[in-house]
Amino acid sequence: MPVPIGAHANGAAAVTVHNLTMAYGDFVLQRDLDFTVGTGDIFVIMGGSGCGKSTLLRHLIGLHEPVKGEVFYGDESFTRASPERRTKILRRIGVLYQSGALWSSMTLAENIALPLGEFTDLSPEEIREVARLKLALVGLAGFEDYYPSDISGGMQKRAGLARAMALDPDILFFDEPGAGLDPISSRLLDDLIVELRDSLGATIVIVTHELASIFAVATNSVFLDAESRTIIASGVPTELRDRSTDERVRRFLRRGET
Amino acid sequence: MPTATSAQPELTVQRADDGRLTVRLAGPWSLGAGLPPLADVERELAGPAPSAIGFETEDLTTWDSSVLAFLAGTSKLARERGVPVDTAGLPEGLRRLLALAEAVPEKSDARATKAEDDFVEMVGVRALEAQRLFESGLDFVGKLVLSFGRLLRGRARFRGSDLALLIQQSGFEALPIVTLVTFLLGLILAFVGAIQLQTFGATIYVADLVGVAMVRDMGALITGIIMAGRSGAAFAAQLGSMKVTQEIDALETMAISAMDFLVLPRVIALILMMPLLTLYGDAMGILGGGFVGVTVLGLSPVEYLLQTGDAVSVTHVVGGVVKGTVYGALIATAGCLRGLQSGKSSSAVGDAATSAVVTSIVAIIMACGVFALVFYALGI
Repeated sequence: MPVPIGAHANGAAAVTVHNLTMAYGDFVLQRDLDFTVGTGDIFVIMGGSGCGKSTLLRHLIGLHEPVKGEVFYGDESFTRASPERRTKILRRIGVLYQSGALWSSMTLAENIALPLGEFTDLSPEEIREVARLKLALVGLAGFEDYYPSDISGGMQKRAGLARAMALDPDILFFDEPGAGLDPISSRLLDDLIVELRDSLGATIVIVTHELASIFAVATNSVFLDAESRTIIASGVPTELRDRSTDERVRRFLRRGET
Repeated sequence: MPTATSAQPELTVQRADDGRLTVRLAGPWSLGAGLPPLADVERELAGPAPSAIGFETEDLTTWDSSVLAFLAGTSKLARERGVPVDTAGLPEGLRRLLALAEAVPEKSDARATKAEDDFVEMVGVRALEAQRLFESGLDFVGKLVLSFGRLLRGRARFRGSDLALLIQQSGFEALPIVTLVTFLLGLILAFVGAIQLQTFGATIYVADLVGVAMVRDMGALITGIIMAGRSGAAFAAQLGSMKVTQEIDALETMAISAMDFLVLPRVIALILMMPLLTLYGDAMGILGGGFVGVTVLGLSPVEYLLQTGDAVSVTHVVGGVVKGTVYGALIATAGCLRGLQSGKSSSAVGDAATSAVVTSIVAIIMACGVFALVFYALGI
């Protein structure tokens, strides 16, 4: 178990990134990343466009393999886990993709029912009931039999969130949750994220560059820099904005004003 | 100073006695009329260096990006020659746009560099690419075999309704086009044969020709090619766009195997449907041949069918169906492989669909050749 660096954990470590280097071929995107997401945190990964924050998320959920370093869930290495263990760990996490990524050939209820059918022994009626409940939690009661293409982008995102929550995950990942949403929908999604953390006790990791969102929800963060290709700041975003000694971080968090 | 505003775009370059170059733009300049030519400025700058470049634009009635492009070009030439540019004579808007265009210096490595046309290097790059594609193809086939293993042990999971829908789409809905094409193929074969056989007065053997050709090879081959264009392309496009929309990522992070969930039902659907479509295609081909035999060659329908029955053996039929089944597996595998290899843009999905059809057809023809050799060796 590596020593958590920059830890600001409320409790035990939920996710630990140790010495992680990400690269596409020979091109190193970010190197030597070290941080810990505490249980119950709303942890924001921020940085300018193209700094590799979405790629970092893909490393955390196993869609990319790091060229160096490891990702730990609790104190278990995800990077070195056997396929069976990986499946176990993946069952404990939920992911909301940027575009929602709902399976377009299935209705909303079927989207949520699929993971439930795969990983639980519930009967079809029970699954249907749980799916209805999850949709109700994100304000989509009554939309069970709609296909993803029949609903708006904001609704697709909420349905994606309902699917991410299908198996009551301990950790929820959000990739640019506010992207493509109007300010009010974006704000409602932020409120929903905080509500989920408070009521379910889930740990939340968000990749975003939307300042309003960052200040509204984050309890901890890391700042990735595209030039130096590593983390140049970590901590509570409002404190970073007011007190960071790094000009680049202050500029980013104040929309270019210093 | 010119008195009248001209209706034609004008450009004059004048050198004053103090060595100052004045560029005068007049009339309406627009992209529709073309860019003001840089040649005059270039010629003047090639001579003794002017002390400065200035502009006169009092008579410039309208301007757009065409003038801006000219100014940017002039400014670049002047900079190279170390000649100061005086923008005071330009309209306010143009001056600000020019400043904006030059505010951020061109990123030296951003422009795509044209690769050296080194033949050896190109061969090497292509060979490595081919090796990578071949390896990922083998990897895919290996994973597919493992997936079938899980299916046999009852541990592969996909939705029955997906399989049913795929069977309907790739089987039942293909019937009209298979009917048309195989009927016409039988008809064409009959005509080709009839011309030769008529010279011997042996037109009845058209039935043998059409029957054996359709059942042994052509039925499976042509149905395979139709299915490559229909289902192979569809599979690649479906999986490719699921990749673009991150639907495949979503499956993987839910620990649901895309191989089991998406590829397996598609391969199974074609393996189930291709033999049936092949048999149906065989029958339609024979019907097409019979149509020519009866209407053009004056044979009786019964005579034609009896002759076909004599010529075609069960071995022929079984051989054709086996071929069709193998083609079905090849088409589905190629379609899904290309779909999962697709890049993450809409044009990449198009490329994946094209590549799926090409790969399927090449694979079918190669398999057909292998079958021909094997069947010959076995004496079938």
